[in-house]
Amino acid sequence: MIFAKEETLSRQEMEKIQLERLKETVNRVYEKVLPYREKMDKIGLKPDDIKSLKDLSRLPFVTKQDLRDNYPFGLFAVPKEDLLRIHASSGTTGKPTVVGYTQGDMDVWTECVSRIACAGGATPKDVAQICFGYGMFTGALGLHYGLENIGATIVPSSTGNSEKQIMYMKDFGTTLLVATPSYALRLAEVAREMGVDPKTDLQVKIGLVGSELLTDAMRDEMHKYWGEDMLVTSNYGMSELMGPGVSGECEYMCGMHINEDFFIPEIINPETGEVLPEGEWGELVITCIKKEALPLIRYRTKDITRLIYEPCKCGRTTVRMENLSGRSDDMLKIRGVNVFPSQIEEVVLSVQGLGPHYEIIVERDGYADKLSVRVELATATDSFKVLENIEKTVRNKLKIMLGLDAKVILESPNTLARFEGKAKRVRDLRKEQK
Amino acid sequence: MTVNQVSVFIENRQGRLGEVLQILKDNDVNILSISLADTTEYGLLRLIVNKPEHAKEVLLAAGFSSMLTEVLIIKVPHVAGSLQNILSEIAKANVSIEYMYGLSVESTDASIVMKTNELERAQEVLKNIHIDTMTEKEIESL
Repeated sequence: MIFAKEETLSRQEMEKIQLERLKETVNRVYEKVLPYREKMDKIGLKPDDIKSLKDLSRLPFVTKQDLRDNYPFGLFAVPKEDLLRIHASSGTTGKPTVVGYTQGDMDVWTECVSRIACAGGATPKDVAQICFGYGMFTGALGLHYGLENIGATIVPSSTGNSEKQIMYMKDFGTTLLVATPSYALRLAEVAREMGVDPKTDLQVKIGLVGSELLTDAMRDEMHKYWGEDMLVTSNYGMSELMGPGVSGECEYMCGMHINEDFFIPEIINPETGEVLPEGEWGELVITCIKKEALPLIRYRTKDITRLIYEPCKCGRTTVRMENLSGRSDDMLKIRGVNVFPSQIEEVVLSVQGLGPHYEIIVERDGYADKLSVRVELATATDSFKVLENIEKTVRNKLKIMLGLDAKVILESPNTLARFEGKAKRVRDLRKEQK
Repeated sequence: MTVNQVSVFIENRQGRLGEVLQILKDNDVNILSISLADTTEYGLLRLIVNKPEHAKEVLLAAGFSSMLTEVLIIKVPHVAGSLQNILSEIAKANVSIEYMYGLSVESTDASIVMKTNELERAQEVLKNIHIDTMTEKEIESL
């Protein structure tokens, strides 16, 4: 089912809406958000210079660093009392990226997720179990509002307690699962351990997965355990832009339809910043054209993809973005959490008794990502207590910084590789393993 | 008298222990006793050697985290119950034993290497019950 008529507009109609909203947004941020005005003034650009969609490329980029520099509310275009909600995502320096929503933003968010849920096969009859962590993370509440809006029954079970999750699925007749791909597979594993075959004993027929890369291999794996007839689609978003709801796959699974009347996508060369021609791979840049609280203009997502403008067999005319192929920087996505090597470095350097060298290893353990950090002892000891303490301290600090459990591997001094140029401290074995 | 033990951190990886032993061999260090305690990921190797200072230095130079630890080497008479007697006296003095392992030399007495939290008090206890400990000199001459 196609949720909104805006998903089937002609290119001309869509561009008309986009231009109107772009002009309005640029005007508003120029007037209300000082850092934006400064950026535009610096290059001598006035809101009136934006006359066509082509002029979008004249506007300066916004990066995560801008959000950090203006922590927490410096890029907001509305007074704080107009906010209905604040979310945050983890940041590399320990300071999170803060995002806010007005009533209007909540409505847009709900609309966007409703569209994506429908594209992924959701109907009012579905019982939707949301196995994303509820809290400051935008994933769970975003899907929650969208699915509720289309009339589905929500089971807000959050993450963890996997056995209970399976019990809910069985007893409540869950038909739709919201989770990261790796957690969805973990749940299938737990079900089988409990003697429940997801294919025959459960009624889950739709999987809306996100927050992690969904590779074809992962999708095959999902079918293998949840049933060949399960419709598994991926969707995309990030808290800076709104949360989930920026784009999502339809039943044809040939790229994620972007909600273009709210988000204008561009593909740029991540090195030069130059806009690339249609169809080329590059970094996705998104401009929010219908947001009140945090209308980011030309936000650099760091995600690598390409845009497909041909209309889709599903009837939607909105542009599609290819499933992501990676990141333009070295960020790791581990169990749905963004991890920067610099965060781990910060922890390693802060613990007494360790040298400054480290190696990060990410691998698949069953269906979950496993993070290990190899560190070097810089001290000598005769006591296991001291060694255990070092391990524990690193683990706890990583947990606080990343929200992830990591394995800490102690090594003798001079064991880890040394680099003369740019250090290669990350070994991501997940691609090799699958 | 206390004696210096060499403590070495080693990862649980094939060949690591062999590397340590090779270094000691190459530097003419004689091992009199060895103890290896491990967790799943790593172990602590504890050695009584004839030249502890030298052993520590060459291991450090080879990239092993190693250090000297003061321990007692207690001569235990070959009589049933003598070790039990020593340990109960030490316990009475409220001294904790952190670890211990055997050291065997060709003599009428057996010996144990012992690390306690309070070396001095442990030595006092031993003196009171007329139990001898080995000296650095004795070790070197073995």
